[in-house]
Amino acid sequence: MTELIRLSAAALAQKLGSKEVSAVEATQAHLDRIAAVDGGDDGVHAFLHVNTDEALAVAAGVDKARANSEKLHPLAGVPIAVKDLIVTKGQPTTAGSKILEGWHSPYDATVIRRLRAAGMPILGKTNLDEFAMGSSTEHSAYGPTRNPWDLDRIPGGSGGGSAAAVAAFEAPLALGTDTGGSIRQPGAVTGTVGVKPTYGGVSRYGAIAMASSLDQIGPVSRTVLDSALLHEVIGGHDPNDSTSLTDSLGALVEAARLGNVEGMRIGVIKELQGEGYQAGVLTRFGESLELLRGAGAQIVEVSCPNFDYALGAYYLIMPSEASSNLAKYDGVRFGLRVVPEGAPTIERVMGATRAAGFGDEVKRRIILGTYALSAGYYDAYYGSAQKVRTLIQRDFDAAFKQADVLISPTAPTTAFKLGEKLDDPLAMYLNDVATIPANMAGVPGLSLPGGLADEDGLPVGIQLLAPAREDARLYRVGAVLESLLEASWGGPLLDRAPALRVAAPNPEAADRVETSTAGGTN
Amino acid sequence: MSMATEEILTFEEALEKYDPVLGFEVHVELNTRTKMFSSAPNAFGDTPNTNVTPVDLGLPGVLPVVNRVAVESSIKIGLALGCKIAEKCYFARKNYFYPDTPKNFQTSQFEDPIAYDGSIDIELADGTVFRVEIERAHMEEDAGKLTHMGGSTGRIQGAEYSLVDYNRSGVPLVEIVTKPIVGAGARAPELAKAYVAAIREVVKNLGVSDARMERGNVRCDANVSLKPKGQEKFGTRTETKNVNSLRAVEHAVRYEIQRHAAVLDSGTAIVQETRHWHEDTRSTTSGRPKSDADDYRYFPEPDLVPIVTTEEWIERLRSELPEPPAERRKRLQQDWGYSDAEFRDVVNAGVMSSIEDTIAAGVKPAVARKWWMGEISRRAKVADVEPSELGVTPELIVELNSLIESGKINDKLSREVLDGVLAGEGTPTEVVEARGLAVVSDDGPLLEAIDAALAAQPDVADKIRGGKVQAVGAIVGGVMKATRGQADAGRVRELILQRLGVEG
Repeated sequence: MTELIRLSAAALAQKLGSKEVSAVEATQAHLDRIAAVDGGDDGVHAFLHVNTDEALAVAAGVDKARANSEKLHPLAGVPIAVKDLIVTKGQPTTAGSKILEGWHSPYDATVIRRLRAAGMPILGKTNLDEFAMGSSTEHSAYGPTRNPWDLDRIPGGSGGGSAAAVAAFEAPLALGTDTGGSIRQPGAVTGTVGVKPTYGGVSRYGAIAMASSLDQIGPVSRTVLDSALLHEVIGGHDPNDSTSLTDSLGALVEAARLGNVEGMRIGVIKELQGEGYQAGVLTRFGESLELLRGAGAQIVEVSCPNFDYALGAYYLIMPSEASSNLAKYDGVRFGLRVVPEGAPTIERVMGATRAAGFGDEVKRRIILGTYALSAGYYDAYYGSAQKVRTLIQRDFDAAFKQADVLISPTAPTTAFKLGEKLDDPLAMYLNDVATIPANMAGVPGLSLPGGLADEDGLPVGIQLLAPAREDARLYRVGAVLESLLEASWGGPLLDRAPALRVAAPNPEAADRVETSTAGGTN
Repeated sequence: MSMATEEILTFEEALEKYDPVLGFEVHVELNTRTKMFSSAPNAFGDTPNTNVTPVDLGLPGVLPVVNRVAVESSIKIGLALGCKIAEKCYFARKNYFYPDTPKNFQTSQFEDPIAYDGSIDIELADGTVFRVEIERAHMEEDAGKLTHMGGSTGRIQGAEYSLVDYNRSGVPLVEIVTKPIVGAGARAPELAKAYVAAIREVVKNLGVSDARMERGNVRCDANVSLKPKGQEKFGTRTETKNVNSLRAVEHAVRYEIQRHAAVLDSGTAIVQETRHWHEDTRSTTSGRPKSDADDYRYFPEPDLVPIVTTEEWIERLRSELPEPPAERRKRLQQDWGYSDAEFRDVVNAGVMSSIEDTIAAGVKPAVARKWWMGEISRRAKVADVEPSELGVTPELIVELNSLIESGKINDKLSREVLDGVLAGEGTPTEVVEARGLAVVSDDGPLLEAIDAALAAQPDVADKIRGGKVQAVGAIVGGVMKATRGQADAGRVRELILQRLGVEG
């Protein structure tokens, strides 16, 4: 039982399928783990809400269906955590913001409907930077999430909660959202896998929008195969999202299972290395290139000169769209309403609500975006940024003529200390320098663990990028690299993560002591 | 609220010195089954906040999906106005904070409207034709409806609180914008009314809108500016918002011309602003300042993909267009043989299509007109609905008419039969039987009544005998009264004259 929470989703699914383990047991094991490591002053704090009753009820339903030999989805009974930016019926959705505190969505996001249809119990909602704005999860209005590798460090952001939950064995799978790296960068700094699908590959309906043209929901997991399995559950056309692609996703799971790089051209992006990149990150990155070369891939160098402008352009387009997307939080229809003293006109109620409900980073981006879209500045800012975006797309087009897949470090550094960059927004923004180009061009990207940096012993992420609609290539190459790396380490990277302190078990749950200590053994 | 009356010149004085320049933004609500960007019903008059989905309420996480029928309706409007149709066009967000707009932005079109560069010929009452150039017609969504409570005026000033109904939020709109209209001179107010009437007719004829101004299906913002005679450069304009009846459009334009002239005459400048129209005082008051630099921070709507129109699609829609209203009117008047005045009355009463259907069902044009302009219009007025909404079918009129022509009932009885039919008592024939309404056709009882009437008015009888045949009406009236209207008046007249030995 203690090892249940350390199983990959694929392995757990197999045990569920063979009735070796019940869905209720699997779900309870993860709920117990959450109870043991998530709370308290030095807890991971990956979850904002734990969905105990519903998760167990769904699991029980799966067990019953299986007992009746009903046809089930392969992942039925495999529990999952959901970033609290994705709306769910029956649970609160906060977006990490005070402005939505206590709000319950009357509808499910499309991806949630698909999880439910697959019979996957939802363990709860995970922490994030407010409205997904940040790279450290420190901008959550509900307190930061801690990195399971070092509780004094950030778990990345904005999806630090989902990545930390998976890294701390609180969930085998999680959903994230990625606007500029919010799935991949947390994956990199927590030693987990995260995938940003092709723009339009997964429905955004029900994902609270930050920047509509950049946002994408994607899988968070501990293995490449697990991400592929989850990607196939949530992906595919949705008529409720006009930007949703009608094409088939491709055979993602099959690509992850076959994994082969022989003869493939893998392009190293010249602009995404060197200055600003931590030495330990570059060392591990170089080793990954050697492993791929050894497996028969051809390593080529490609240049994407306009990537140098990606960060600047991103910080115009993203806030512009966000300033408009976040206008609806005004206290009129839902969420927080602050009525100021004196004669409360509608303008004053809206102003007071937004002043009290939004945190500093959200306000900073709304102000930036409002300015960038203003008459007289639009062409210079938003207009120019869109041109840069086109140039970045062209860089990708050219690069993908020379290479089948591109590769880079996911983030320039390993996890930094909590509070270290909180007062320096630009330093914080630089974390996303390698992940942003994929969002600007709509191409898919995957981050997988590349080892530990020598200088701090913290996880390093390797990013793979593929042409739009070629998500399968990420899984094909990612699976090969993962197996080569794990062979070199003698097991999964997370086996080397320090044990987490486990909270004293609740006396009423004494019979669960065994599972609540799982994961703290190495 | 206080409403200072402003100085105005007489219309004639204003026109002596200045040339008015007009411009119109007409919003047309489309009558699609569902809303512009959601599957919520597009319906009028339902319980507030029932025709809403999460999309219409702007809840977190929602995304819009374009209503294809609304796009087709927009293209049809563009084609009917002789516009070019964009090969590719985008939606844009118009950002502003107001509680009737749930997302605090309106999804609209900005740089590239679906239709542009058209024109419409407006025929004035005396037959003068005035061409109005159309700048653009673009798609957007309607806002919710605010009701301000607790104040005396129903306006936001002085209200204690406001209620908002999002049933209208997301209803598809097409905004039709004219180019500046110059040269109308003294006919500007008349042209304004005729233009809005023409747009209403076009969209109604296309079947894309219910086009009922009293329900806000067609709403007009009227721009007015004056320039001194002979000057090329336009003056500063004002925009009078939501002028929602044809009469009000005419009056508002007339009032603004008079007001502008007085302001300009006094040597002050016109303030560029919106104006509110007040039906009670027939005047406008200052709204909010509106500059060309109003900053709506438009940008392309990232949640929607561009609309690409193919040649094939547009040509299919073009082939579905009905006959243009002006051509149809010309044809129908000719076919029916109505005089200009008769035909204009029919058009103004909104019964042209009903008459067309009734004639097609088998009655003569004169008979159809008599019914629709007479009894049915009268009833519609009483019930405060459109004549076409009373439930009178062409077949019903055909049957009523054949009962009259066969002498079974007379005109007076036919109204009672109509009452019965509309009350659900059955077909006209059934109602006649059930209510015992057949005319008295047996001459026996009629002759008794005639004799009684003649005896009651011997002086009239003498006049008739003396050759004043037109006096017979008084006796006929007496007989009809005695028979409670159940006699054929024509037959009564015949019998009276026979009785008195006078030739009819």
